[in-house]
Amino acid sequence: MNEFKLSILDLLKEDARLSAATIATMLGAEEASVSAAIAEMEQDHVIVKYATVINWSKVDDEKVTALIEVECTPERGRGFESIAERIYLYPEVKSVYLMSGAYDLLVEIEGKNLKEVASFVSNKLSTIESVIATKSFFILKKYKQDGIIFEEFEDDHRLLVSP
Amino acid sequence: MIKDEEKPQTEQIERQRSGMQHHLAAHARAIPPSGIRRFFDLVSASKDKDIITLGVGEPDFVTPWRVRDAAVYSLEKGKTQYSPNAGMLELREAIGQYLYNQFQLTYDPAKEMIVTVGGSEGIDLALRALIEPGDEILVPEPCYISYSPITSLSGGVAVGIETFADDQFKLTAESLQAAITPKSKILVLCYPSNPTGAIMTYEEMLPIAKIVEENDLIVISDEIYAELTFNGKHSSFASLPGMKDRTILVSGFSKAFAMTGWRMGYACGHPDLISAMLKIHQYTIMCAPTMGQVAALEALTKGGLEEKDRMMESYNQRRRLVVQGFREMGLECHEPQGAFYAFPSVRSTGLTSEQFAERLLLEAKVAAVPGHVFGKGGEGFLRCCYATSVSQLTEALERINTFLRSME
Repeated sequence: MNEFKLSILDLLKEDARLSAATIATMLGAEEASVSAAIAEMEQDHVIVKYATVINWSKVDDEKVTALIEVECTPERGRGFESIAERIYLYPEVKSVYLMSGAYDLLVEIEGKNLKEVASFVSNKLSTIESVIATKSFFILKKYKQDGIIFEEFEDDHRLLVSP
Repeated sequence: MIKDEEKPQTEQIERQRSGMQHHLAAHARAIPPSGIRRFFDLVSASKDKDIITLGVGEPDFVTPWRVRDAAVYSLEKGKTQYSPNAGMLELREAIGQYLYNQFQLTYDPAKEMIVTVGGSEGIDLALRALIEPGDEILVPEPCYISYSPITSLSGGVAVGIETFADDQFKLTAESLQAAITPKSKILVLCYPSNPTGAIMTYEEMLPIAKIVEENDLIVISDEIYAELTFNGKHSSFASLPGMKDRTILVSGFSKAFAMTGWRMGYACGHPDLISAMLKIHQYTIMCAPTMGQVAALEALTKGGLEEKDRMMESYNQRRRLVVQGFREMGLECHEPQGAFYAFPSVRSTGLTSEQFAERLLLEAKVAAVPGHVFGKGGEGFLRCCYATSVSQLTEALERINTFLRSME
């Protein structure tokens, strides 16, 4: 990845709504080359999606999120790939990571309430043949996600005019 | 001497009415009220939450957490005592190393350096250590607002040298030469410049250095914005041939490390000059705050320097955005190569910079500082600090544009 593309990603990561024209100005580049680089990165799935980071705790329709440690037996020839796939295809599953250490997969599950998540774990996740054990941890509060602090306490305290 | 109670009652009443002004020293009374203060009062009085301010003179970043954490930790450990007058040796050594790495300057931390309460104190110490009544201090303007008042406190005379947008607000050898008289003693340089964002390259400073040498001047080089130099690296005036001994370098942590409130600065120069400044410092200040020094030390670690670089890149992006924005709306704006200010001309509107700034505040809810407060050559310009979020900047530019169109 070249530096130009990295600079574009750095800006988009903070504000996905920046236009190619603004990015071009900020980087001192041509708008056409910014647009081309973005298109290329979209095509290559470097840029996967322009999503919004939402603090769901401020939304009435609150969600419950749990992290599930999954121990499983890898398959000959395919390792953890097909188990991971069987898990991540469920819409309830928000993320799946292959981990080093005491367990194999870390699965993030989102549901309307505790019961819904628990039922997904016991009915869908634990019943997958190669899954040996699961441990569920419910998230009580999100402080920071993807580099973004949820409770913004560092307001602008500057004087309106200073020398 | 007649005691107060023996004086006629009317005279006593008269004195009470006139307040305490008559107690003030003439030099304190003579300091003109700051133009920036007047504008601050105007902005503050409006109490409008919707105002976007481009009027600040400091970063929009909060001091990096690692720096704050280091200071908090030092407080928890009870590091609340005085430091040596010149500052913690460890910090001076780190500053020495930093100046060498960044600007190829070599200063002896033991004899040629003093940690001050902000760059401001460094400027004050330098001027006070050097000025004798009647000395003329040459100051390229528009410039930071403190040099002239501090000069007059010591009985010196500040001589403004006007710089022009056509020269990108750089000091030219001709205008410096023209300002020199037998009384000239000090040249104050502030590049990168607050308020213009101008810089001076090594080559551009060479003829200035020649004049400094020929006229036996001392240079106080306020390089507080040195790290905020875009399109190339900053050259310190002290790095010019023969200039190290003639230069008092003043800098600090406020701008580059987003540490304005900590008031951490430093001054470097010839041991004779620094030791005189140290005498004044030890009697007036004792030492810079210890927790601030611990914080500054952390700022100079690898992690702190990386945070600084990240912030610098972000200013550069916003600089391009704001300059382009002004040009697109038809305001002339020379390209600021340093600091975090754009200095567009508002002359095309037919308004003075003060009228423009006031109307911009009241009608468009954007605060920016009228250029005339920064001295000669500032009239007709507006200082706009772009150290604010991209969304705020974009909104401010839109409002200024709408305001300009409403005047057509």
